[in-house]
Amino acid sequence: MSAGQHTFAFRQQGLSAWRALERGFDAAFGAGLNPLRQLGAIGFLATWLLLASGVLLYIVYDTSVEGAYQSVAALDHWPLASGRVLRGVHRYATDVLVVVIVLHIVREWLHAHERGVRRFHWLTGVPLVVFAAISAVGGFWLAWDRLGRYSALASAEWLDALPLLGVPFARNFLVLDAVSDRLFSLFIFIHIGVSLLLLFGLWFHIQRLTRAAVWPSRALALGVSVLLLVLALALPVRSQAPTASLAEPLALDWFVLWLHPLAETSTRGLAWALVAGSLALLLLAPFLPQPPRPAVAVVDADNCSGCERCFADCPYAAITMVPHPSLRGGHRLAQVDPDLCVACGICAGACPSSTPFRGIEHLVSGIDMPQLPVDALRSRLRQDVAATNATHPLVVFTCDHGASASIAADEDTSVLGLMCAGQLPPSFIEYALRDGAAGVLVATCREGGCEFRLGQRWTAERLTGQREPRLRARMPRERLALVQAGPGDERVLAAAVQGLRERVRTLPTPSPAKPGPPHHV
Amino acid sequence: MSDARPTTPHGVLSWIGQLLLYGLFALAIGVFSNWPPYHPLGADQALLKLSVSHVGKPVGECRKLSQAELDKLPPNMRFPEQCPRERAPLTMSVELDGVSVLDRVAPPTGLSKDGAASIYERLVIPAGSHHLEVRLNDDVRAGAPTYTRSADVTLAPGQVLVVDFDPTQGGITLQ
Repeated sequence: MSAGQHTFAFRQQGLSAWRALERGFDAAFGAGLNPLRQLGAIGFLATWLLLASGVLLYIVYDTSVEGAYQSVAALDHWPLASGRVLRGVHRYATDVLVVVIVLHIVREWLHAHERGVRRFHWLTGVPLVVFAAISAVGGFWLAWDRLGRYSALASAEWLDALPLLGVPFARNFLVLDAVSDRLFSLFIFIHIGVSLLLLFGLWFHIQRLTRAAVWPSRALALGVSVLLLVLALALPVRSQAPTASLAEPLALDWFVLWLHPLAETSTRGLAWALVAGSLALLLLAPFLPQPPRPAVAVVDADNCSGCERCFADCPYAAITMVPHPSLRGGHRLAQVDPDLCVACGICAGACPSSTPFRGIEHLVSGIDMPQLPVDALRSRLRQDVAATNATHPLVVFTCDHGASASIAADEDTSVLGLMCAGQLPPSFIEYALRDGAAGVLVATCREGGCEFRLGQRWTAERLTGQREPRLRARMPRERLALVQAGPGDERVLAAAVQGLRERVRTLPTPSPAKPGPPHHV
Repeated sequence: MSDARPTTPHGVLSWIGQLLLYGLFALAIGVFSNWPPYHPLGADQALLKLSVSHVGKPVGECRKLSQAELDKLPPNMRFPEQCPRERAPLTMSVELDGVSVLDRVAPPTGLSKDGAASIYERLVIPAGSHHLEVRLNDDVRAGAPTYTRSADVTLAPGQVLVVDFDPTQGGITLQ
């Protein structure tokens, strides 16, 4: 077994475990509020809270050797515990951010999101880890209590392990008298300046994403905020009085300051090797051998009306609108950036020319996926419905990244796999029913669990008439089922298929118009 | 249209589940942001920090320029003495209770070797009374003096003793 195969097997096992964990959280939160699917958004929330509390803390912070410790320690005596809340929220939001960053990296790696188009997001995320770590550690120095002084000295000693400076940086912190007020200008730069770099980097990180989640769902934001508030009040963050002695134990924040004990109990070289090695792995991961990239969406100028639906729905901002080569006044054309396209097919599902009712033998859409064009989907649908002898045939559209329909399939069931549920033009549902299907089931991934971010959401909105292209109002809704069934939800999907099967049996038998030439609109 | 969601939570169980998971997360954050306490030193240990940063003496003797040599120089560069730019390395040795704990030669920094030489070492030692011998040399010329400091020190557990060098304060200092 090669190293690549070991990595693949390890990743698959980890992904299975992660999905099981997500399903467990779904049971309590529901898919839409599952924090494990909103890690990035929670990270943003923690950042906003850090920013807001940090601005208030900076207003009262005294940037002098004598005043730094006093001004921070005095927060403990503010009325109505407001200072404790302020400091506690700032500290615990940092810890939450650290945890969320780690989980976010793990989740994205398990889903192989370091590859292909998403390499950009992965690589722009790596510096954010560094910025967050530097800023977080620097924050402890500002308090200039015993822990802050210890951390400043330990960090300096760790930096000195590299032959960067002629004079050891640690000499600045050896004795208390050696520290001047100017040192706090450096601390401020490290904590606030690097935090601003973090914000700037975050802006880069979410480029190339449509509707980037920079705020979690309201209930989740409320839950996390209350959690921080409770922590701040129940376990107030207090300064440890400064002393030159190391006899007293330190109340170390292990989420942020874990490197200090590691460097002291092993060697600083080992700590550097661990940090540098981890960063190198993160940076190299996108460049390891990868499967070939799938074919990207293709625009057919003759069939593109310039309606901009694909432009609006593309989750990765891979589509731009350009002047149509026909140069007809105001007519525009979709243009796909192959470097940004993740080959989800959501654009084909959004395209009004993807309707199977078009009266042409070979269906060509304005934008389509070469590996599964709408014409092939229509042909397959017609063949399957024509071939069945069932009295109540069912058509099940599934997502290749969602639950497998293998245990749901029966003789009366035709399963059509899609690259993403969002690839399905809603008109295909009506088409299936007109061609003799008694019921249609569309399976998406769980809310927030779409491999391509927005496929589940767009599908649900299209089928409920909230988004173009809408499912037509006269379509018999009782013959349609929409189910969220992500990977591992095979039983959920099977139950939904069975439910639809039983329901359509109670409905009047439709008069099938067996597939012949395509229906004209 | 039926809209099936696999695990749409509702009712008391959902609230209990959420509270439990929020509580566990808060517990993990609260505990590991303060606990376990870290002891930088053992209960019977002290710390000896040897921290010296010093520009050594020039490696050779200064030479007085003759009038003829001075006349050849531009007016703004007519210094009567010419000294070698390179500085001597710093040689430091430390003995604790008669046992050598450090013996190091630190080269001067800079491309021309004219910068400060630095030694920074962190030695964890048993707390209590010790006899400390520190020798430091910053001059490679023959017969150059060696700075020495001999002291009996008593270190409490957790105490940090910094050994530095400051020629303005007489040489080797203990803080």
